[in-house]
Amino acid sequence: MTTKEDTTIATGQFGVYLIRHADDNLVLGQRLAEYVTRAPDLEEELAVANIALDHIGLATHLFTYAATLVDGDTSADDLAMLRSEREYSNVLLVEQPHDGFGDVMVRQFLFDAYQLLLWQALSTSGDSTLSGIAQRAEREATYHLRHSSNWLIRLGDGTSESHSRMQQSINRMWRFTGELFESDELDVAVAASGVGADPVELEGAWRACVADVIDEATLSIPEDPYQASGGRSGIHTEHLGPMLAEMQSLARSYPGLSW
Amino acid sequence: MSASLPSRKRGQKRERQGRSLREVLRILGGTWIRGNRLENPAEPRSEGKKKLLANERSFVMMIEFDPWSTVKNRDIDDEGQQKFDDIIAADEKVEPRDWMPEGYRATVIRQMAQHAHSEVIGMQPEANWILRAPTLLRKSILIAKVQDEAGHGLYLYSATETLGVSRHELEDLLHRGRQKYSSIFNYPTLSWADMGTIGWLVDGAAIVNQIVLQGTSYGPYSRAMVKICKEESFHARQGFSILMALTSGSDAQKAMAQDSMDRWWWPALMMFGPHDSESTHTEESMAWKIKRMSNDDLRQKFIDQTVPQAHYLGLKIPDPELRFDSETEQWRTGEIDWDEFWAVVKGDGPLNRERISHKVRAWEDGAWVRAGASAYADKQVEMLDKSA
Ligand SMILES: [Fe+2]
Ligand SMILES: [Fe+2]
Repeated sequence: MTTKEDTTIATGQFGVYLIRHADDNLVLGQRLAEYVTRAPDLEEELAVANIALDHIGLATHLFTYAATLVDGDTSADDLAMLRSEREYSNVLLVEQPHDGFGDVMVRQFLFDAYQLLLWQALSTSGDSTLSGIAQRAEREATYHLRHSSNWLIRLGDGTSESHSRMQQSINRMWRFTGELFESDELDVAVAASGVGADPVELEGAWRACVADVIDEATLSIPEDPYQASGGRSGIHTEHLGPMLAEMQSLARSYPGLSW
Repeated sequence: MSASLPSRKRGQKRERQGRSLREVLRILGGTWIRGNRLENPAEPRSEGKKKLLANERSFVMMIEFDPWSTVKNRDIDDEGQQKFDDIIAADEKVEPRDWMPEGYRATVIRQMAQHAHSEVIGMQPEANWILRAPTLLRKSILIAKVQDEAGHGLYLYSATETLGVSRHELEDLLHRGRQKYSSIFNYPTLSWADMGTIGWLVDGAAIVNQIVLQGTSYGPYSRAMVKICKEESFHARQGFSILMALTSGSDAQKAMAQDSMDRWWWPALMMFGPHDSESTHTEESMAWKIKRMSNDDLRQKFIDQTVPQAHYLGLKIPDPELRFDSETEQWRTGEIDWDEFWAVVKGDGPLNRERISHKVRAWEDGAWVRAGASAYADKQVEMLDKSA
């Protein structure tokens, strides 16, 4: 099973680390699910649902593993359905609401590029369960990034309307990208113990990849230097609360039942 | 490149060609109707107009390579008719390039389009509960199911396109209320139990219908049904599994399941359409072997398979007249509320307006995306031409 002996960090702490990434994926999966039945055509309807499924599936794997590491008899569903917005530790980018396909794809693209690098790094994690999850996630992220980059390029370099809409979406989402590469004590600790990845180290490759695609799409990176932050410590934008309220409504209305 | 990219390009090209063809015909003075035939071919024409018409025909042949062009102006074709009759009599499949009577073509188009629209509109009532699904696993299963329905819509639109209409034309007819979809999707989903009931009853009813449709005489439709039936059994099973969990759960969960049963039972029976005696298309469709079993027979088949399942779940069927006929070994139900049936068919169901306006809004919101993708594709073609 797991080679927990290698890790110098406490098991519970490692669980908290996994929950961060599970939260990212569940929240983004839920956002994408909001877009189901609203896509510009049927092919994209299939793609959006597919990508949502990948993110929620990945979150499920991570929660399930994390549930065995954190204390008590918590289940994956408890982690998803019974924590509040202050307890959720996803990055702010994934909780941002979308107004149309441009926002959906730009949010996706910025996050896909990050996730691909993250899962690449974690695929050699000293923790064999995590590295297994990461290898699969890396394949999925490769497909997601190809899909979202394609849309960025096609719509950035499409009509003048699609170009300006895509630029607006980039401008709207850009301030939530800096946070992806902030690292805290936990990140440093898991990286040092060989089971995790330090996000700081992913930033260079991410910037190169993103700049490349944005350039090919004839779009530009905004000048605005302001970057928001706080998701990892549960300081969210106001958008997460209502989303969780909806997502958790049924599970919380009938506590302790099986479905 | 994403898998969707090439097919989108093809679709758009077809749409553009269709549009420009119609425009050209209008400019040439011909009247566009289905089948590229002129409205009144007997009308005396001036020499100039005749020439234009000849041009028009060759233009049609030139730019539109599809089954239409092989059958145009051949509505009455004795040899073709004989071949068609032989195919039907031998229980073989009619293929897109075969000659077929216009009525047959129109019926198959109408039925397949209606089927495709139902798959796509049917995503809405279930999407209503994806965000609130009570567990991660149920959420994933429900998304996968709704995604399957989008895929079914896609197969069916492609199968319909073999008859020379484009998906976008059909969607346009749906948006303008000129084509229908299954009325069942005009009912609201008001609890999580409805996800179970829809899978069990609605997909269950669709399966009964679709299994028989595997034997339909139009080849592409029959093959689409074979493909779709494989996925539908997963849909029915996931629904049944939701209801098993509820009916073996708390009192609140049991009540939720029963309430859902009470709301969906009758609309599910209505899915098979009016009585055979009231059904306008049945006789012809049966003769052409488009339809292989009558509405009432299909409905009976569904009732007989479903009643024991309801008993197994411990759900009460909301029909005081329900009884087992030991002579025929069939379940007999009370009469369907046909006033409700016709009201919903004619547009006055609980959510008819909402379903269509949701669909139209998504389509309109996507206009800039489709235009952008199309402009990008054009630029790529231009660049290829230049470099060649
Ligand atoms: Fe279906
Ligand atoms: Fe289905």
